[in-house]
Amino acid sequence: MATKSPMHDPKLDPMIDPRTGEYAVIAPGHNFKSVTQKIAGIVLTSNTPLGWFGGLMVAGGIATLLVVALTWLFLKGVGIWGVTIPGAWGFAIINFVWWIGIGHAGTLISAILLLFKQSWRNSINRFAEAMTIFAVVCAGIFPLIHVGRPWVSYWLFPYPNTMNLWPQFRSPLAWDVFAVSTYATISIVFWYLGMVPDFGTMRDRAVMPVAKYVYGILSLGWRGSTRHWIRYETASLLLAGLSTPLVLSVHTVISFDFAVAAMAGWHTTIFPPYFVAGAIYSGFAMVITLAVPIRKFYHLEDLVTLRHLDNMAKVMLGTGCIVGYGYAMEVFMSWYAASHWEFFMMWNRMFGPMGWAYWMLILTNLAIPLTTLWSRKLRVNALFLFMLSFVINIGMWFERFVIVVTSLYRDYLPGSWGTYRATKWDYMTFIGTWGLFTFLFLLFVRFLPMIPMSEIRMMLPQTKIRRGGEDAEKVIQETV
Amino acid sequence: MPPREGIYGLLAEFNTPGELVHATEQAHQAGYRRMECYTPYPVEEAAAALRFHKTRVPLLCLLGGIIGLITAFLMQTWISVWSYPLNIAGRPLFSWPAFIIPAYEWTILFAGLSTAFGMFALNGLPQLYHPLFNAPNFRNGATTDKFFLCLEAHDPRFSIIEARSFLERFAPISVVEVKH
Repeated sequence: MATKSPMHDPKLDPMIDPRTGEYAVIAPGHNFKSVTQKIAGIVLTSNTPLGWFGGLMVAGGIATLLVVALTWLFLKGVGIWGVTIPGAWGFAIINFVWWIGIGHAGTLISAILLLFKQSWRNSINRFAEAMTIFAVVCAGIFPLIHVGRPWVSYWLFPYPNTMNLWPQFRSPLAWDVFAVSTYATISIVFWYLGMVPDFGTMRDRAVMPVAKYVYGILSLGWRGSTRHWIRYETASLLLAGLSTPLVLSVHTVISFDFAVAAMAGWHTTIFPPYFVAGAIYSGFAMVITLAVPIRKFYHLEDLVTLRHLDNMAKVMLGTGCIVGYGYAMEVFMSWYAASHWEFFMMWNRMFGPMGWAYWMLILTNLAIPLTTLWSRKLRVNALFLFMLSFVINIGMWFERFVIVVTSLYRDYLPGSWGTYRATKWDYMTFIGTWGLFTFLFLLFVRFLPMIPMSEIRMMLPQTKIRRGGEDAEKVIQETV
Repeated sequence: MPPREGIYGLLAEFNTPGELVHATEQAHQAGYRRMECYTPYPVEEAAAALRFHKTRVPLLCLLGGIIGLITAFLMQTWISVWSYPLNIAGRPLFSWPAFIIPAYEWTILFAGLSTAFGMFALNGLPQLYHPLFNAPNFRNGATTDKFFLCLEAHDPRFSIIEARSFLERFAPISVVEVKH
């Protein structure tokens, strides 16, 4: 752009209120009714866009790969995968960590940004939470199928049984069960709780009897009573306060799977913060991957504005820098620790037979994003962010690949060295989960309100009340 | 329980939150106590006008968290020390630092579930039928863009004629009788 960007000129920028100078999150000209109609209309239309059916078919087709791969797995066992000794952890763990990391941004947006009163997050929190749940669904598949005998995976939970068998609580893998199941439960509860008032709106606006009935049941009879709202808001805030330590703990516990093991490249104290930052980094990338096409396709540019994209890009820049610091510290400590094994592991990671994966990670996770995201012009360029989000998620996948594979395949004893090569079943399972994720997400945007209507209403200027009960907006208009 | 026949209350509809808060404040000063506001989003000023400040949701959250913490920690201790003792690389059976992590997770799990379910229980939800849904204009507005004040019939000060003329002073869009 040759001309000055309008982003910062208060006279030109329609997002800046000329009377108050406040930066609006939602484009001007909306009222309670228009935002409700816009968001509810996406779901309550009888006119489903053809593109949605096309997308659902493609996603469903890809998801069948998962069904095929899992069927074959259940028939033959984990021998169809590329995991062997020494590379006993492969795609299953990589994909598990990758997916669950993606989910973290949803909780961050819904919980931490709520506590920090970042009201801009109201537009994106619903679908970010949906993304969390679907990512956890995809993530949860992997440990279950990785246990070898998935039909007895319920043994992971502590329940009284006739075998007198209990989990072993000194193992990080048992901690994982608690962390991930709690995370899934609380995420679903928080997501549903957030939707209850909107289900009330859907119930009251639906025309089709089936829709009225289903949304009526889901709304639990919500009627917007003020006493209900106050308890509801308190509960939301408490759940946000609970989700914040939860989301930080989940990826911490997952990093313990590695950090507790006495394995060069895993046994480091930097893993918990660096895993959490990486999770948020990849999660925000996934939110952008979803938000950019959705706002375009459903014409939601007024509600998911360039400011949202700009803010999300800034979060990615910040967490990307933390991740970069993590990589640098890993390299530094492998030298500073003066451990032969650590030093060899890092040398092998960079210049060994799988060194290309390390440099791929540096390129996609650090070199491309951390050079471009400093530019505001690029941060408000939806197409650029959309492409960058893919680059970052590829990078984050390679990060987990590098951590899992390059630490394992050449360990302490050269006699036991091997290599790791994923099989077509590994790839089919992984690609199948993308299909499953997209499939679930498409169902979500069609049948549930993807932007929280009640929270969007709260961000409109009409909500402001002056002391004594005058409407601020009316007073301003009368004086003008 | 109030009797479930006759009228439930008088429902006034307003266009803006400010009008609603003003009317609610005046109604409270006029001595009405059994009343409720219905809004499409939380209006804290309306709660203040209703003199509704404290909820027991945080208490339930705290209790749930304490129960979860104790349950998880005692369960792990009992399993690892008495029920199913395993020698894991010579570590003590009572490895309490390791038990903190599942206990931490269950603290959050129990606190979160008791907050969510407790909130719904305190609100009396799910309650799929409510007299207000009979009001012709309620469902069109209360969850979209209108603001309602309902003076309930079981308020001792309530009389249908007085209450109607009281509400009409605030120039609402409409005042309707709500039947049970």
